[in-house]
Amino acid sequence: MLILVSYDVSTETSEGRRRLRRVAKVCLNYGQRVQKSVFECKVNLAQMETLKAELLDIIDEAEDSLRFYRITEPLSKNLMEFGKFKAVDFEDTLIV
Amino acid sequence: MTILRNTLYVTTPDAYLRLEGETVCVMIEDEKRLQVPLHHLSAFVLFDHVMLSPALLGRCAQDGRSVVWLNRSGKFSARLEGPVSGNILLRQAQFRAAEDGAQTLSIARAVLAGKLRNSRQVLMRGARETDDAGDKEVLVRTAKLIGNQVRKLPLAGDLDTLRGLEGDSARLYFESLPRVMKPQARADFPFDNRNRRPPRDRFNALISFLYALVLSDCRAALETVGLDPQLGFLHAVRPGRPALALDLLEEFRAPVADRLALTLINRGQLSAGDFDEREGGAVLLNDKGRKTVIAAYQTRKQEEITHPVLKQSVPVGLLPHGQARLLARYLRQDVAHYVPYLHR
Repeated sequence: MLILVSYDVSTETSEGRRRLRRVAKVCLNYGQRVQKSVFECKVNLAQMETLKAELLDIIDEAEDSLRFYRITEPLSKNLMEFGKFKAVDFEDTLIV
Repeated sequence: MTILRNTLYVTTPDAYLRLEGETVCVMIEDEKRLQVPLHHLSAFVLFDHVMLSPALLGRCAQDGRSVVWLNRSGKFSARLEGPVSGNILLRQAQFRAAEDGAQTLSIARAVLAGKLRNSRQVLMRGARETDDAGDKEVLVRTAKLIGNQVRKLPLAGDLDTLRGLEGDSARLYFESLPRVMKPQARADFPFDNRNRRPPRDRFNALISFLYALVLSDCRAALETVGLDPQLGFLHAVRPGRPALALDLLEEFRAPVADRLALTLINRGQLSAGDFDEREGGAVLLNDKGRKTVIAAYQTRKQEEITHPVLKQSVPVGLLPHGQARLLARYLRQDVAHYVPYLHR
C-alpha cells in the first residue's frame, strides 16, 4: 500500500533541527521524498507500524506534528502529479 | 507466499552503489541518480564495471539478496555469496537423489518434458497467429514432431537417450522458429540455427541475453529455496557450472525468453539498430537494445498467470521460485513426482 507521511518539526532549537534531519532519514528508508516534508512510502502493514514507531521515537509530540495518510488503490485514479518532480515507482522497472 | 520484489539493473558503466541507511544509492559521477529503499529489492543485476560499497556488499550477503555481475552480452561473470546457509537436510536429499540413477532420470525426464511441451506451445501459438498457410503448415508439422518426441521420453532408459531426444527436438524447434516472426521482421533477424559463444546473428544474440537473465533468476530461486544450484540432474556436474539452474532454465526458455524475444521483434520494439556487430562476426545487443530488453523482461515478470499445478495466480517472475519449491518437495519425498512448468 502507498502511504503519505508528512511532518512539521520545529526548527527553533538545534535539538529540533536534529530531529528534522533524523525524521527525514528514517522516511527515506521506507520511501522517497516527494516534497520538502512529504514522503511517499510503499510499505506493508508491518513496515508501516515500524516506520510509525521509529518516527514517534524521534519527534517531540509537544513541539512537532506527524501525519500519515493511506492512499487507496488504484493509484492511477487516486494520485495525480503535476510539475517538475516525477516520483519513481519502486515497483516498476528499475534500470540505471 | 513469497512476494516478487524488484530487481535493480545497473547498466551504466562505472556506477557506484552504496548503502545509505536502509536504502541503496546509485551514484553516477558523484551524483545520486537513484535512491531505493532496500525493502523493495531482492536482487541486483549489474553489467560490467559497477562497484558496490563494502557496507552494501555485507548487507546483501547478510540478507541473502542476490547480487550478480554480468558482462555486456549477459554472460555471467560473478556473484556475491554470503555464508553457506539454507537447509542442509534438503541439500543432502538433493545429493542423494543425484546419486540415485532412477531419481536423476525421473527429474531429467520431467524437466525435458516441460521444455519440449513449452517449445511446442510457442510453435502452436505461432501457427495460430500466422496468416501464411505455408508457415502455418510447417509450424503445425514441427509441433507434431516435437509432440512425438515428448511421447518417447518415458521410454528413454538413460540420460544419453534423453539428451539425444532433446537435441533432435531443439534442432527441429529452432529450424521452424523463424516462421513465428512477422515476415517484414525476418530480413532484420535472419536466423536459421542456434549458435552462441559468441552469437552470430541478432536473434541468437537476443535469446542468449534473455537466457542469461532468466538463468540468473533461476539460480537465485534455487538458492532462496535452499537447493544447491550446482548439482544438476539433466546437466552434468562441472566445476563452476550452475547445472541445476540450467536444468530449471529448460522449462522457461521457450515460454519466457523465446516468446519475449519474438514479441519484441514482431512489435518492432527491437530493430537492427539495437545490435552491434563485432570483429569476427559476433553480434551483441548495444546499450539501447539492452535497456529495451531488460525493461520488457521486467514487465513480463510482473504479469500474473495462473499456475497450472498450484492453481493460483502467480507473477511470471516467481515461476522459477515455484518450480524450485516443487523440486524441493519431490526431493524431500513429499510428492511422488516432480511436475515441470507447463505453459498454456
